[in-house]
Amino acid sequence: MQNSILLDGQKFQITIQRLCRQLIENHDDFSNSVLIGIQPRGIYLAKRVAEELRKILPGKTILQGDLDITFYRDDFRRRESQLVPNQTKIDFIIEGKRVIMMDDVLWTGRTIRAAMDGMLYFGRPEKVELLVLVDRRYSRHLPVAADYVGIEVDSIASQKVVVSWKETDGEDKVVLLSEAK
Amino acid sequence: MGLSTRHLLGIKDLNRADIELIFETADGFKSVLNRPIKRVPSLRDVTIANIFFENSTRTRLSFELAEKRLSADVVNFAASSSSVSKGETLIDTVNNILAMKVDMVVMRHPYAGAGIFLSKHVNAQIVNAGDGAHEHPTQALLDAFSIRERYGSVEGKKIAIVGDILHSRVALSNILCLKQLGAEVMVCGPTTLIPKYIGALGVKVEHDLLKALNWCDVANMLRIQLERQDIKYFPSLREYSMLYGLNKQILDSLDKEITIMHPGPINRGVEITSDVADSKQSIILDQVENGVAVRMAVLYLLAGQTQ
Repeated sequence: MQNSILLDGQKFQITIQRLCRQLIENHDDFSNSVLIGIQPRGIYLAKRVAEELRKILPGKTILQGDLDITFYRDDFRRRESQLVPNQTKIDFIIEGKRVIMMDDVLWTGRTIRAAMDGMLYFGRPEKVELLVLVDRRYSRHLPVAADYVGIEVDSIASQKVVVSWKETDGEDKVVLLSEAK
Repeated sequence: MGLSTRHLLGIKDLNRADIELIFETADGFKSVLNRPIKRVPSLRDVTIANIFFENSTRTRLSFELAEKRLSADVVNFAASSSSVSKGETLIDTVNNILAMKVDMVVMRHPYAGAGIFLSKHVNAQIVNAGDGAHEHPTQALLDAFSIRERYGSVEGKKIAIVGDILHSRVALSNILCLKQLGAEVMVCGPTTLIPKYIGALGVKVEHDLLKALNWCDVANMLRIQLERQDIKYFPSLREYSMLYGLNKQILDSLDKEITIMHPGPINRGVEITSDVADSKQSIILDQVENGVAVRMAVLYLLAGQTQ
């Protein structure tokens, strides 16, 4: 495997902060907006963004939940291995809210399709937006586009994009893994 | 990750990892069941037939709800109102149902081994919903799941199964499941209703109800299966309930608070009195609630296996 680091250290931090500022441009004080991280890896992004927003907007309530999409996936009965579900934790009402869904990497768009399906079981939001840290361009299987993008990456299918987080992996970074020739 | 078996015929076929996977998946479904919309689309391309050759309320409703909440298509079949009474064989009946493009069969049958027999002769995934006095795997799973929910873990807990062990499929499945999860199990009942060599399964045997209750953390009270008893195993129901019936007086005389379970249907006043069945120590209705989540997990995990 050959690794190339796409984002780390201060640049990683600046990217998160830029995404937060972009969110504030559209969502003001977040009184009618909520953040939803997609399990398993998107929740770290959502937690980080929520934490950063609370620093920028002290005293404001930033609602953040975790959504598990295991039961809404379209590859059930079609994949070799089975997935164990993660916890869904949304303890607020999303009916009429402006929802910002978050995931670490946007690739085929199928996860986002499943997430939209799963989210609608909690009510009808006023608006749904998508924020991703990494957008693997030109590889979509479904017509899905992100509203807020950390970085864009051109990659091929055999490559992998891995996002690590300080909280769980010890370091904030985005790495592109390629099979060694 | 997946189950090690293609059918759920009995707890005997499951290993500890299988049971834990079912529980983890059931946790996910339990949270789905507490949402305003209690449904997920996972099994939308699966058709399931519920074939019941024996009466059932809870199990059939529970399976049907589990299937519907997974968005599966469901057909129901009760032997009493079918061509079985015209002399059709089990294999023919099931093959006819499968010819209508059914993927899974949930079956209850009065004969032990009916599910195993069927799994060898028809091309569908079989879930055993009770076969005679043999096994009732989903009941054992939901019982263990309820104990895990109450105490955090099943490992090391002491469970007494009280009543008609001889004719009970719930007892056998429960023993296998609880032992697999590391619990200690005791069976308690009159000598005539305890199978002779049950000690070979690694369970303790006790004939005194009070001693069993003093030993255990959880008491699982079973019904007397009069419909399976060919001869008289004890003088009278009244005597049975005097010696083996659980009432408030006995419960309050214990120096600890034990948890009361019952797989249903309850014969109030025989194996358990109303005040005990409805007390806060009883988790009988939690068992029923958990039954749907556990059955969803079983169906989900079996259906998810690629052919």
